[in-house]
Amino acid sequence: MAVVGRALLILALVVALYGIGASLFGARTRRREWVDSGRRAVYALAGLATLAFAILEVAFFRSDFSYNVVAQHSSTTTPTFYKLAAAWSSQEGSLLLWVFLLSVWSSLILFLTRRKVREIAPYATAVLLGFGAFFTSLAVFFANPFATSANPPAEGAGLDPLLLHPSMMIHPPMLYSGYTLLTIPFAFAVGALVTGRLGAEWISVTRRFALAAWLFLGVGILLGARWSYTELGWGGYWAWDPVENAALMPWLCITAFIHSIMIQEKRGMLKIWNASLVLGAGTLSILGTFLVRSGILNSIHAFGASTLGVPFVTLIGAMVIGSIGLIVWRREQLRSDARLESLWSREAVFLFQNMVLVAMVLVVFWITFFPLISQALTGTKVSVGPPAFRPFIVPLALILVLLSGIGPIIAWRRVTVANLRRGFVLPVAAGLVTLIVLLVVPGGPSSRPFALIMFALAGFVLTGVVQELWRGVAARRAITHDAVPVALVGLIRRNRRRYGGYIVHAGLAVLLVGVAASSSFQHSQDVLLSPGQKAHVDGYTIRYVRPVESVTEQKIAFGAVLNVSKGGKHVTTVTTTRNFYPSQDPNDGLIGKFFDTANSDSAVGLDAGLRRDIWTVINVQTAPLAGLINQGNNVFAKYAPQVMTQAATLPPARAQQAMNMLWTERDVAVAEIAHRFVTHPWKTEFLLIVDPLVTWIWLGALIIGGGGLIALWPVPTLARRRAAAPQAARPSGPPPVPVREPA
Amino acid sequence: MTGPLALLLVLAVVAGLVLFISGPLRRPSPSAEEPPDVAELEAAREAKYRELRDAELDHRTGKLSDEDYAELDTVLRAEAIEILRELDRTGEALPSPGP
Repeated sequence: MAVVGRALLILALVVALYGIGASLFGARTRRREWVDSGRRAVYALAGLATLAFAILEVAFFRSDFSYNVVAQHSSTTTPTFYKLAAAWSSQEGSLLLWVFLLSVWSSLILFLTRRKVREIAPYATAVLLGFGAFFTSLAVFFANPFATSANPPAEGAGLDPLLLHPSMMIHPPMLYSGYTLLTIPFAFAVGALVTGRLGAEWISVTRRFALAAWLFLGVGILLGARWSYTELGWGGYWAWDPVENAALMPWLCITAFIHSIMIQEKRGMLKIWNASLVLGAGTLSILGTFLVRSGILNSIHAFGASTLGVPFVTLIGAMVIGSIGLIVWRREQLRSDARLESLWSREAVFLFQNMVLVAMVLVVFWITFFPLISQALTGTKVSVGPPAFRPFIVPLALILVLLSGIGPIIAWRRVTVANLRRGFVLPVAAGLVTLIVLLVVPGGPSSRPFALIMFALAGFVLTGVVQELWRGVAARRAITHDAVPVALVGLIRRNRRRYGGYIVHAGLAVLLVGVAASSSFQHSQDVLLSPGQKAHVDGYTIRYVRPVESVTEQKIAFGAVLNVSKGGKHVTTVTTTRNFYPSQDPNDGLIGKFFDTANSDSAVGLDAGLRRDIWTVINVQTAPLAGLINQGNNVFAKYAPQVMTQAATLPPARAQQAMNMLWTERDVAVAEIAHRFVTHPWKTEFLLIVDPLVTWIWLGALIIGGGGLIALWPVPTLARRRAAAPQAARPSGPPPVPVREPA
Repeated sequence: MTGPLALLLVLAVVAGLVLFISGPLRRPSPSAEEPPDVAELEAAREAKYRELRDAELDHRTGKLSDEDYAELDTVLRAEAIEILRELDRTGEALPSPGP
């Protein structure tokens, strides 16, 4: 099937190139049949990419090591769940995933707009197929997922242990969905700029896809943070790693776009700004994809060495130059239709918020790429870490939260002082009360001014959102006389964009409270403990009760049961383990391959709660076992070749029996050595952390996701029909205006 | 999968692709889509209707005073009517559909 897979990829490339030509020819000559044929090329690309991806997944599922990519990234002992996810752990598979997702999303938008945006769509089709052709050509010429070996190994190298986490199934596809969805607004913006059709239509057809990109990318980022927190064993959820930043930058950019696009829809303003944001977000999505795979910046995510640098840099350069060229070319048509009427209006708040978000993108971009810039200028590659980001990002985040609280309270166009007072009194009072209470509480957060301000601002935002929901419910009830819950549901259903957005703002406040608290008030200790010994962290006593050990086909796990108490009262019992996976390094030896620390990962012992998380991780060193491991290596280095030589002279069934005996004896030796961790425990290193409000981060993310889904969900059919009714029923006389409906 | 079978499968896929992609070229279908100007104006109309509803909700929730709302509503309705008139003009200028 590898031959078929490779043929499908080549066909996909041919189809994409044909589609680009057909779409552009159809657009230039206004021949509809060519445009339709170009659109069908996108559907065909989706079909071919789906088939090719399915063939690769089947190869992983069957552990078909004749495929090089399967041999390098999976093994017979890899659990089935991870075998399916292993496809995108490889460079080759992730490129194919990119083509698959891009072609599916492109097919969806082009199907939905098949009778709309007639002039823009062919150019957008050509751009989307251009991306498809680029990534397909990488898979065909540079990173072929269907490359095979004439002499396949009996066993594969297995999946990187760090990737053995349930998030592996969702996190990368979510991020890639976000990246690929970002190409859709990018493509339609290019189409709008090329044709000069820069009105409301291209925005209305792509807005939902921009929102979907924002949602998918956001979920991907948060799942990555959660993965980092529970798997990587360093005690944090965000390390300002280049690949994390590469996903954050387009997300910030598209967040700004989702807000400022409303100003263009309502007022015809910020057209250059919006075009720049959407083109920038599209370009950053390609940059993000590149960074994941290139390894040009030191990152825990860069799993492969770069072979794709030149093509990617060429594409990114073409996108940047093309985007700037198009905007300069259409600058006259991109002039605003209106002016900002007042600085006290929602559009002014959105504009400030946009500036803050773009400032964040610039800060993140500059610091992330500073090592490369520094190397280019001085020849020295400096490393930057979280401390470089905080002085800039923390104040910007505070301003962002403030603006996210003001936005929902303030009206479009202009407001009076009386209305401002009416809207702001309660939220401001809530913010001040929060501030004062936290200042006077003994042991409160007064020592951390940034965290203190964040908590006060969160009080302001949350009260503002609740106030808006309450006022909306009251307005609706005044007309419908519904019960409060019914009125609330009705209000949100009829105003999904508005209230979905408000809920997102509330979620952001909750999330950032978690970030501020957990990063400002974390208590951690690195300790060496023997069984029975204890350590004290932030008033908690953590006792190393006993070591535990388990040996399975997939891994050896060395762990510890820890008892946590406070003031003499039992709080919780947690278990943390260090898992060692068999390495493929022949230098490790037949026994040593099971104890290679380079092939290990952590399972965190976590007790999560609304107020605090107790986070523990064990870091087992196998040095005390080195003597036994070496002894075992020596014995089996002599014994195994003898058995193998003898087996070669025996009939196959007997030979297999002899080899099975050899492996059984090896497994017994490994289990005996591993058991020493329990029978003769040694001092072991632990990282113990008590971190407040981390759960708020995940709760905030859930609220944000819920709000995003509400905003994304299509308007009810009935409401759409009512909104369209004036047009449909319009006689030839004076045109009617929309019917007023309950809020 | 053996070589000849794989070749047969690939050829079948190629034939299917050619038939599918060239369909519109072999049988051009009459266009059922909206003219670009109408589509653009309809998008503007929907945005204006949304703006009217937003202003109304802002008024009902106390963000806009009665005076500000009355003034804003008048402006927005005038803008909406202008878009609807433009739609009418564009519709009239288009060739009438066949029987």
